Amino acid sequence: MATTGTPTNITQGSKTKGGIGESTLRPDGTLKVTGEFAYSSDMWHEDMLWGQTLRSTVAHAEIRSIDISEAVAMPGVYAVLTYDDLPTEVKNYGLEIQDTPVLAHGKVRHHGEPVALVAADHPETARRAAAKIKIEYVELPVITDEASATAPDAILVHEGRDDHHIGHVPHPNIVHRQPIVRGNADEAAKRADVIVKGEYTFGMQDQAFLGPESGLAVPSEDGGVELYVATQWLHSDLKQIAPVLGLPEEKVRMTLSGVGGAFGGREDISMQIHACLLALRTGKPVKIVYNRFESFFGHVHRHPAKLYYEHGATKDGKLTHMKCKIVLDGGAYASASPAVVGNASSLSVGPYVIDDVDIEAIALYTNNPPCGAMRGFGAVQACFAYEAQMDKLAAKLGIDPVEFRQLNAMEQGTIMPTGQPVDSPAPVAELLRRIKARPLPPEQQWATAGEQADVRALPGGLSNTTHGEGVVRGVGYAVGIKNVGFSEGFDDYSTAKVRMEVVGGEPVATVHTAMAEVGQGGVTVHAQIARTELGVTQVTIHPADTQVGSAGSTSASRQTYVTGGAVKNTCEHVREAVLEIGRRKFGSYHPAWATAELLLEGGKVVTDGGEVLADLVDVLEDEAVELELEWRHRPTEAFDLRTGQGNGHVQYSFAAHRAVVEVDTELGLVKVVELAVAQDVGKALNPLSVVGQIQGGTTQGLGVAVMEEIIVDPKTAKVRNPSFTDYLIPTILDTPTIPVDVLELADEHAPYGLRGIGEAPTLSSTPAVLAAIRNATGLELNRTPVRPEHLTGTESS
Amino acid sequence: MRVNFTVNGRKQEADDVWEGESLLYVLRERMGLPGSKNACEQGECGSCTVRLDGVPVCSCLVAAGQVEGREVVTVEGLADYAKHREDAHPGGGCASGACGTSIDAAQRWQAKPVDGQTGEAGALSPIQQAFIDAGAVQCGFCTPGLLVAADELLERNASPSDQDIREALSGNLCRCTGYEKILDAVRLAAARQEEAV
Amino acid sequence: MDFLRPASWEEALAAKAEHPTAVPIAGGTDVMVEINFDHRRPEYLLDLNRIELLRAWEVGEETVRLGASVSYTQIMENLRAELPGLALASHTVASPQIRNRGGVGGNLGTASPAGDAHPALLAAGAEVEVESVRGSRLIPIDAFYTGVKRNAMAPDELIKTVHIKKADGPQQYSKVGTRNAMVIAVCAFGLALHPETRTVRTGIGSAAPTPVRAKAAEEFLNAALDEGGFWESGRIITPSIAKQFAELASASCNPIDDVRGTAKYRRHAVGIMARRTLGWTWEQYRGTGRSLEGAA
Repeated sequence: MATTGTPTNITQGSKTKGGIGESTLRPDGTLKVTGEFAYSSDMWHEDMLWGQTLRSTVAHAEIRSIDISEAVAMPGVYAVLTYDDLPTEVKNYGLEIQDTPVLAHGKVRHHGEPVALVAADHPETARRAAAKIKIEYVELPVITDEASATAPDAILVHEGRDDHHIGHVPHPNIVHRQPIVRGNADEAAKRADVIVKGEYTFGMQDQAFLGPESGLAVPSEDGGVELYVATQWLHSDLKQIAPVLGLPEEKVRMTLSGVGGAFGGREDISMQIHACLLALRTGKPVKIVYNRFESFFGHVHRHPAKLYYEHGATKDGKLTHMKCKIVLDGGAYASASPAVVGNASSLSVGPYVIDDVDIEAIALYTNNPPCGAMRGFGAVQACFAYEAQMDKLAAKLGIDPVEFRQLNAMEQGTIMPTGQPVDSPAPVAELLRRIKARPLPPEQQWATAGEQADVRALPGGLSNTTHGEGVVRGVGYAVGIKNVGFSEGFDDYSTAKVRMEVVGGEPVATVHTAMAEVGQGGVTVHAQIARTELGVTQVTIHPADTQVGSAGSTSASRQTYVTGGAVKNTCEHVREAVLEIGRRKFGSYHPAWATAELLLEGGKVVTDGGEVLADLVDVLEDEAVELELEWRHRPTEAFDLRTGQGNGHVQYSFAAHRAVVEVDTELGLVKVVELAVAQDVGKALNPLSVVGQIQGGTTQGLGVAVMEEIIVDPKTAKVRNPSFTDYLIPTILDTPTIPVDVLELADEHAPYGLRGIGEAPTLSSTPAVLAAIRNATGLELNRTPVRPEHLTGTESS
Repeated sequence: MRVNFTVNGRKQEADDVWEGESLLYVLRERMGLPGSKNACEQGECGSCTVRLDGVPVCSCLVAAGQVEGREVVTVEGLADYAKHREDAHPGGGCASGACGTSIDAAQRWQAKPVDGQTGEAGALSPIQQAFIDAGAVQCGFCTPGLLVAADELLERNASPSDQDIREALSGNLCRCTGYEKILDAVRLAAARQEEAV
Repeated sequence: MDFLRPASWEEALAAKAEHPTAVPIAGGTDVMVEINFDHRRPEYLLDLNRIELLRAWEVGEETVRLGASVSYTQIMENLRAELPGLALASHTVASPQIRNRGGVGGNLGTASPAGDAHPALLAAGAEVEVESVRGSRLIPIDAFYTGVKRNAMAPDELIKTVHIKKADGPQQYSKVGTRNAMVIAVCAFGLALHPETRTVRTGIGSAAPTPVRAKAAEEFLNAALDEGGFWESGRIITPSIAKQFAELASASCNPIDDVRGTAKYRRHAVGIMARRTLGWTWEQYRGTGRSLEGAA
């Protein structure tokens, strides 16, 4: 009995040095272009069953009864599970607050909540059986916004809360609240020559990773289970899965399968526990694969937000103060809401110097779809609002919007509103200078001499809506700030196991971490780090699993910093151990073994002066050196719950965008012509991957500027567009040229001086596009995404 | 029901196929060819693109029963398909339909197995190599569909303009790359193809 | 579920007669989505892929006889001169992969108001040839759409051929979607000039329960062009005529608010598209008078 399609060791041999700073190619590239790379949905096991989840058709209801009798009786059905079948007292899971039921118990709190599970011999059998389960709902009123959540007589989404936030929130329907007060905003406002107030709305964005939630659970002979799954953090999953199954963690053996993108949407549990429950119940392997429809209910989304901002400035263009309130809709379960609140509040000022601030961020419990992590994590929503404010202030003062931002740009040494000094380069003004200095793309690129308009270059594209009529160009700028790594005192660490030995006459390093490779290229970088530190060309990347310590999450722009840092650290210790072997064997032959600083390069031990002392092959012979070590970045502190003061963040990341758009002002259709980025990356470990990350993040920001939004019916809290037909993400014809300007200003606190890069480009992309559309149309546009009706004054009446 | 068809040059037979099954499901779950991806199952993302009698289609929207007696090329067979085309029509540039799809040609041609342990295929097709070299692969879930579509584009248009590339690939969603490196990859493959002539 | 695989048209008709609930499947681009998403479990699927005659077309004196399964890609590549409006509409359908599979028969069978082909068929003028074991009949396109996703076909009938009038003048087609490719119509507009009869015909998609013609707008414009002697003189159509045409086209809509757009926007956009497509076709008519191909 063989499990096919399990992840294989990835070996990358290279004749070139292939260390950090080079654009080495992905070690999994060949597997991915040949179709051989095993994604979680590709897992297959002989005799396996298919799992199906029955989800609630209503958003908020009591469950009166569940009748599974007809489903159980169907031929081909092996198990039907409901809440009553959960094997232990642990019935809930959650990243921070364990408030999410594995299967609904007596009540459903959002549309699409899992209620029952089926395992059957064919997906269609499982679907038909699920359809035969009868659930009697008694619908309850829905909580959908701040007003309905915090009304005095509001129904509580969660009765009897006992989590660690309940003590400081003003209402039980508020998950977490983080104020930040510094200076005296009211007093400072008196110095302002202009004051700008704005109310902004950010729509609910979906991660829309292309590989839907999926995995395979295989029961083991020892009563445990093997789980092959696509996730962002194996060990976090493990901590949530094992207690529900009633198994010790070592009996839940998790292996990362190929991950088809993540973007935050795989931080939470989706099908993991369900597949294990079905496998343990039936004694057979169980595969679950969500289709796109189910995927929209299978993971949390980006928090939609309402943001209320007030800024003041003097007439010479200096910001005086800022007040804001940010209301994030967390939906029915907490997920990452508390941390998103922390980010939104602490980064609400943006990359600007403002000494006097009064900030409040909250996340609500509602009956809307649960929201949590998505690339940019609270900083995205804030950036959309504060950048709109910057443009309004600049316009009111008659100052160029880029110059106005530069006048107020933070720099190294600036004190954040949390009281934390920024202690590494913060080249905000320089990034803005660079994007502004870039030549503008030529006008009217659709008009080619003597021919008809090329509609592919026009708003509306292939739909042939304009040949130039109504088309107006606009240009807009934005800049943003994102924290890197887990903040607020979280013990953010990673683990790397590195082995060095001689294989086939050549020194080979094996790097084993639990880092989730979700496409970002961590595996490429780990191999590069090992080459740089250990002087080998052959590096094997071991599949990520729970047989090694935690790597933390592939999120918060942190993996190259933290797991990269862990790999570097373990490699350094392995190197020392190898050198120690060398000293033992050869120390007496050359004094440099004792006196010089020694390096490993090109398979040899060399002095810092370049003299070769020994071949690694001779040093190691048949010995293997293997170490597994944890590594952590410098500690952070929690934010004070009343004042928001505290050294909460470990590093910041900055990017700036210039958007050039052409808007068909009559039809309200937008073509983004160019989206230029400048970003400081500290040190580009792999320049090709860095550019790819920046362009990808930029495009997700473009999506939520002009098309992406999960639409929830305010009366029923039901999702109206759970499909790729009506939740649109940019195609290649919607995505412009994205020139990238990479700065490398080292952060002395970080490994190699690097800066986490994944999220910053997602922040400023959206407000830059909005600014460009405002520039083209003269409209105020206080919500994103912008839809054609917003540009044509044809919203529903 | 039973379905007989040719996949990557080999005759295949699938038994006990449920009538509502798609070609994609049969390829992935019955033929052991999971390279074509199931990202949306509604024809909106192109991740499951295969060639059906030479024509790029979304295999999620082809009913399994509809492929009876027909020929399918998936990403797993792409390298050999391209190799055959290069042998039969050096320099490429033949019109689609006239190339690689004739019964004759198909009968002579067979995909070579890929070594699942090392991932080493016999050789990669030019478009596959270009995707790796240009950094067009991140999570890789969209890659198989894009490769099939891009390969077909270069087959009928050896030197496409950027807008031609965008149009030809407008049915293939990618969420990771922002498409810039994908454009680079297609340009690179086209340039290499021209150099080779 | 049963999968019926008729080898000939006669067998297909017989199968449909025996199983009137059988769902015909050709390109599969509608039916398979419904099956994949568990929205539909027909008792029988009737595969039409093996029927050659559905994939053929014939260019006659007056009309093009278009097999129901001729793909949108083939229409774009082969019938641009004869059916410029439909070729333009075909180009807006979904993605290259979908255009390679889908055909006009599917659009007509589904009869969704958002089907891309409908406005072009309405504007060009067409008849749908449907057949059953009882015989065949031609349904004028104006009588074909009977309700939301409903058409004038009997349960035992299949769509065989669409007889579309060959263009005798310029035709245009525009569709609004919130993405630059691969998008379902928020609304769409087709317009055809018929210099031989000195008439203009239109079609509106996704802005009423069924695809409709903007009849009041057509009547107004026909009269205005006639009275002003525009057909003879080839003069530029005055802005006031274009404006009123656009307003009347807008008024022909009976749209709803949905996730794709508001009713108000749809009315607005149809007016804009009406004015623009009139401008483009009239420019073509004034220019060479012979360049019938669309711009996209």
